[in-house]
Amino acid sequence: MSVKHINLKVQKNKFMEPILNVKNLTMNFGGLKALDSIDLAVEKGQIAALIGPNGAGKTTFFNCITGIYEPSEGNVKITPPGKPTQSLQGLKTNVVTERGLARTFQNIRLFEGMTVLENVMIGRHCRLKSGIISAMLRSSNQKNEEKEAIDDSYEILEKIGLNQYVNEMAVNLPYGAQRRLEIARALATDPFLLLLDEPAAGMNPQETKELDDLIIWLRDNEDLSILLIEHDMKLVMSLSDNIHVVDYGRKIAEGTPEEIKSNPDVIKAYLGDESEDA
Amino acid sequence: MVTKKEIKLSFVIALWFMALTFPIMVVKVNTIKHIVIFRWDNLLWTGIVCFFASLIWNYFLRIKEEKKKSDTKEDIPIVHRLLQNEKFRIPFLAAIGLFAIAYPFVFSMYHTSILISALIYVMLGLGLNIVVGLAGLLDLGYVAFYAVGAYAYALLNLHFGISFWVVLPISALLGTIFGTLLGYPVLRLRGDYLAIVTLGFGEIIRIILENWDELGNGPRGIGNIPAPSFFGHQFNQHNSVIYIYFIVIGLVLLTIFFVNRLENSRIGRAWIALRDDEIACEAMGIDKFKTKLTAFALGATWAALGGVVFAAKTSFINPMSFTIWESITILCVVVIGGMGSAIGVIAGALVLILLPEYLRAVAEYRMLVFGALQVIVMVFKPEGLIRSVRKTYKFESTKE
Repeated sequence: MSVKHINLKVQKNKFMEPILNVKNLTMNFGGLKALDSIDLAVEKGQIAALIGPNGAGKTTFFNCITGIYEPSEGNVKITPPGKPTQSLQGLKTNVVTERGLARTFQNIRLFEGMTVLENVMIGRHCRLKSGIISAMLRSSNQKNEEKEAIDDSYEILEKIGLNQYVNEMAVNLPYGAQRRLEIARALATDPFLLLLDEPAAGMNPQETKELDDLIIWLRDNEDLSILLIEHDMKLVMSLSDNIHVVDYGRKIAEGTPEEIKSNPDVIKAYLGDESEDA
Repeated sequence: MVTKKEIKLSFVIALWFMALTFPIMVVKVNTIKHIVIFRWDNLLWTGIVCFFASLIWNYFLRIKEEKKKSDTKEDIPIVHRLLQNEKFRIPFLAAIGLFAIAYPFVFSMYHTSILISALIYVMLGLGLNIVVGLAGLLDLGYVAFYAVGAYAYALLNLHFGISFWVVLPISALLGTIFGTLLGYPVLRLRGDYLAIVTLGFGEIIRIILENWDELGNGPRGIGNIPAPSFFGHQFNQHNSVIYIYFIVIGLVLLTIFFVNRLENSRIGRAWIALRDDEIACEAMGIDKFKTKLTAFALGATWAALGGVVFAAKTSFINPMSFTIWESITILCVVVIGGMGSAIGVIAGALVLILLPEYLRAVAEYRMLVFGALQVIVMVFKPEGLIRSVRKTYKFESTKE
């Protein structure tokens, strides 16, 4: 199956490196090729989507670039705005986050024993410095930093619209709010690229609509680029500037929503081959 | 009130218990006279006790279930409510403070002495609470660091004549070093595996102490460890106990002070996040390994401090004081008290250490009663005696 590169609608600036540039990414689990030489690039300010049938390797792809898995082959390069290009090869997950990639999870992974505010404060962790000694002595530096972290976290919650839940335990939140809290927590790490793993999963139409607005708002006001995995095609088609389609670990198509809709390979991957079934 | 179903169930349970305990409660064989005695009245008592115990048990279980269903909002433990209320906080703390100060002068030396033991466990519990309750690392070899502290004081004093007050910071440092050294290789493991490795480490330390005669006299231990001095002045035995009591109170206050600060700091939050979800924690930019190591090392620090006080209090230590059962007891203090809750751990230590002492009245049944109480606490309050409550923050909305 050949990778079809259809001309992009999004204007590519020749002098700008894509902020995320994945080349030839391959991941083997024993004999199973979960990802097979995937190329993927996300431009600055873009909302890109990664779609594909169940088990196509989308989440594995996220795990590979965020350092949870170590890819068997290929490299991942990032170019944070205003900074030189750097490789993420061999970096630990927490270092990848420090470099500016933040992610959410397909199955919600909040810290259940903590309040909503504290969950967001955990996101601030890697941007703060105070250690054990200063915490025990409660130095003025530590106090200021703590206060700033609280204020910043609250501000993020206000933006996301969760400020009425500040002191609730995260586990007691309604489902949609939990999903949004995951995004808030990811935002707190000051990312330049947000990786959303099925943010709309399990949401009702109203919540999905709100999520749609939120993602656009984030791109426009927070200077973020977004790569999302999603099954809700309506959401994907309305949001994305660029869509990447994977099937059986291989990339089968890339293009604008209109192009993807009419791509025969994509239709085949989702609905099966007509000639075979008939 | 009690339902018909519960009465029926209790009746069946009572019958079943009567049958089950028949051989031990009723039949008594006199091997000398070769006769068998049937104590039928025992059968009746077993039945009655089981019936009512089962009724009460089921009644409270039902109450607990109903409460869980009706209350969507969790109720905050009464101690926390008292502490949060401005009006009650000062008198409440003052009352506890006065009681603590008056205690050694009002009660006998025996009572003071067992309270010292309990307070040492408060320290140990608060230390282990960092490791198990906050960071979620199941450490079954905690007693090893306790031994490190105790032996540090005994040996440094024996060979170099170093006093209690100088050893205290030294042993804290030693605890940290040992905690880091052990933590470094084993913290790559998780859950059950970590528990087994730390269990092994605890035993290794004990066996080394038992067999390395030149180090600490082996199983004979080290005696004549001096009690702490007060600016060079040594107290007599009675006053010395009171003095140690106040030292322990001071150390416990210091522990609470520091642990409380740590719990609501950047590090403390990272520990709790790590306990709740390791992968999400890493994805949020927290260095998993470093965070675990700090928790482990800090826990060890408090264990070593506790060890020094223990050595000073008993004036004699040998490896038998540092068996696996000590680790288990400290773990029970944390779990029954309430994981991650400082107040809970304090309550847990006082109940768990003082109760067996005061249960001496029921002599041979005391461990049985003790075990039953632990089961009851775990069934009715699985989150511990006093569960943890997270700090809340107040905000004025800055914008609409």
